[in-house]
Amino acid sequence: MRVAAGVCALLVASLVSASAGAREHVVVGSKAFPESWVLGEALTLLGASTGATVEHRTNLGGTEIVAEALRAGAIDAYPEYTGTLREVLLHAPAATDDELRAALARDGLGVTDSLGFEDSYALAVAGAVADRASLRTISDAAHHKELRAVFSHEFLGRADGWPGLRARYGIDFGEVRGVEHHLAFEALASGHADVIDAYTTDPEIDRLSLRILDDDRGFFPRYEAVVVYRLDLGTRAPEALAAMRRLVGRVDRKTMARANAAVTGGRSTREAGAGLLRDALGADAPSIDDTTAPSMAGVVSAALLRHLELVASSLAACIVVGVPLGILAARRKRLAALVLGTAGVLQTVPSLALLALLIPVLGIGVVPAAVALFLYGLLPIVQGTCTGLTTIPGPLAEAAEALGLPSSARLFRVELPLASPSILGGVRTSAVIAVGTATIAALVGAGGLGDPILQGIALRSTPLILAGAVPAALLALAAQGGFALLERAVVPGGLRIRTHE
Amino acid sequence: MIAVEGVEKSYDGRRVLGPLSFDIATGARLAVVGPSGGGKSTLLRVVLGLVKPDKGRVVIAGEVMGDGNKLAVRRRIGYVVQDGGLFPHLTAERNVTLVARHLGWEEARMRSRADELAAMTGIDPGALSRWPVQLSGGQRQRIGVMRALFLDPPVILMDEPLGALDPITRRKLQGELSTLFRSLKKTVMLVTHDVPEAAFLADEAVVMRAGVIAQRGTIDAMAKAPADDFVRDLLVQGTP
Repeated sequence: MRVAAGVCALLVASLVSASAGAREHVVVGSKAFPESWVLGEALTLLGASTGATVEHRTNLGGTEIVAEALRAGAIDAYPEYTGTLREVLLHAPAATDDELRAALARDGLGVTDSLGFEDSYALAVAGAVADRASLRTISDAAHHKELRAVFSHEFLGRADGWPGLRARYGIDFGEVRGVEHHLAFEALASGHADVIDAYTTDPEIDRLSLRILDDDRGFFPRYEAVVVYRLDLGTRAPEALAAMRRLVGRVDRKTMARANAAVTGGRSTREAGAGLLRDALGADAPSIDDTTAPSMAGVVSAALLRHLELVASSLAACIVVGVPLGILAARRKRLAALVLGTAGVLQTVPSLALLALLIPVLGIGVVPAAVALFLYGLLPIVQGTCTGLTTIPGPLAEAAEALGLPSSARLFRVELPLASPSILGGVRTSAVIAVGTATIAALVGAGGLGDPILQGIALRSTPLILAGAVPAALLALAAQGGFALLERAVVPGGLRIRTHE
Repeated sequence: MIAVEGVEKSYDGRRVLGPLSFDIATGARLAVVGPSGGGKSTLLRVVLGLVKPDKGRVVIAGEVMGDGNKLAVRRRIGYVVQDGGLFPHLTAERNVTLVARHLGWEEARMRSRADELAAMTGIDPGALSRWPVQLSGGQRQRIGVMRALFLDPPVILMDEPLGALDPITRRKLQGELSTLFRSLKKTVMLVTHDVPEAAFLADEAVVMRAGVIAQRGTIDAMAKAPADDFVRDLLVQGTP
């Protein structure tokens, strides 16, 4: 009950805050990859250096989510790339800078000039190979049949990747194979490949002394790093915005690659962000006191706690809403089709799409995540309740009526207890779904065990992935065990014992 | 005490009951016999107010069964079903006290009533704390009778009450119930397809065929002078 009250309070609070709109602090967002974390952290540190309270919501799941969060005012600024803005937000890859600016302004958004580097697709070759064949541009390399290319699967598939590039330059490599992105570097380093696709800020480019071939025919879309921000930030926190804008034009490719290398090398995002500011702004960089990374145990226990909060609150709401809906569905056949149909459709909505739909209303953080989990968990409980009630043997249901019990007493004294095994089965399914699905909460900045998993994926760190996945699996097992105990408490003894006769 | 007056019931234009009229005097015991599909269960549901008749009415202890009073009228009927009809999620004691508990009886009052009825129905008080699945068939049936008698209703309605029992237990219970209801002066209506049971538990019977009464009288008298072949076959051979 306390948990249920908590959920209600949470929902009310979110609605109030969503409608009140005015927030006193600044929220910086970032996506789920190292470069975005570092830039987000650098913006956060700059904003905070003006005395503003700046919060950094990291690991937001993808461009749609982070852009929706920005439009909805759940975040105020985030680092982005012009190519992505054109492609994903405007659906107009050829839009000019002015068109881009105008389109964003219509949504109340502004965009800075380039921070000083671009993170674009590029072709990279080993330095020795480039020197030997004197390769400087893609045109230089196009007709070297002896070059062996190893490309990421995504690059091979994208229209703005290999197929388009090959057609534009008439490339004629002797051998083209597909691999996972980071394996391409290893193939090149070990001499099994000569040309790979890369992002211009991949830290491996400097580490392995690779040469980026100049895109002399301008095929690759330009992915200039910029900051997208809400225009109202200029009136709400003008100093913080001005501080963030100081990064414009100051971050070159090498600076960014160095900061990326720091994070993938195990430094904290804060430390890498502070390092980037020192590199980019020199003596003007704000001084950062605390750059120690939280311990793995601390990270995991905080994530686990948040995961539990999300599961408990959404499950409580599922029960509070799902059981009455199931009762209604059991009594009205036509309503049953509607309720079960709606709950069923909700379950099929992909989580990213659902979250993107919820953000305009609920913002980012725990609330939309809990609401999404609630919507996903509703069906099993409604179904379990409805099935439990409609499968009560006719003679028993009739006996309760014939004894002269009014319908409310029949419901609470006879029907719900008889349906309790089925209801509990629905709750159990719902709980297991919630434990598994709560990892998506990280996509909207709600934390939970999805956070270490997303970070682990972005950093290719198996220990980090396991740090999220193992507790999640244990939690699912614990939920199973917990329900065995709960069954003892909830299901009447007479329905549990199997005995003679 | 029980009056069925001009009752008719149709489903999808097909009449399953009536027109039907009969009454049972206070303290009398009437069996309704007939083959399955003869309208017995519909009649039972109409008497309990579970099914509303298209025409006619049912009067129980002077009250016409209707939407407004059906809960109260049902509580004046002790309903005994096959195998006790016990709720598996309640202990025997909770089954017996279910309605009284809902009506807010005090624990002490319920306990003394339960003790009294346990003695009356020959139930070992220890059985009261068990779950229905832990009881024998005969015990379940006795608990069912306790539940029916708990509010001391003037009317007892029995639906194939002993059908699930083995012959020995059944014979024993038949005798006990007969004595019990007689001594408590209950008005009894028994619905069954089992003619010997009807003869044992009731003074008089009505034979139902296709929703109407084929004949009314004592089983003996009807067996001697059946109104038609249907009645004769039913009473003599147990099947029409």
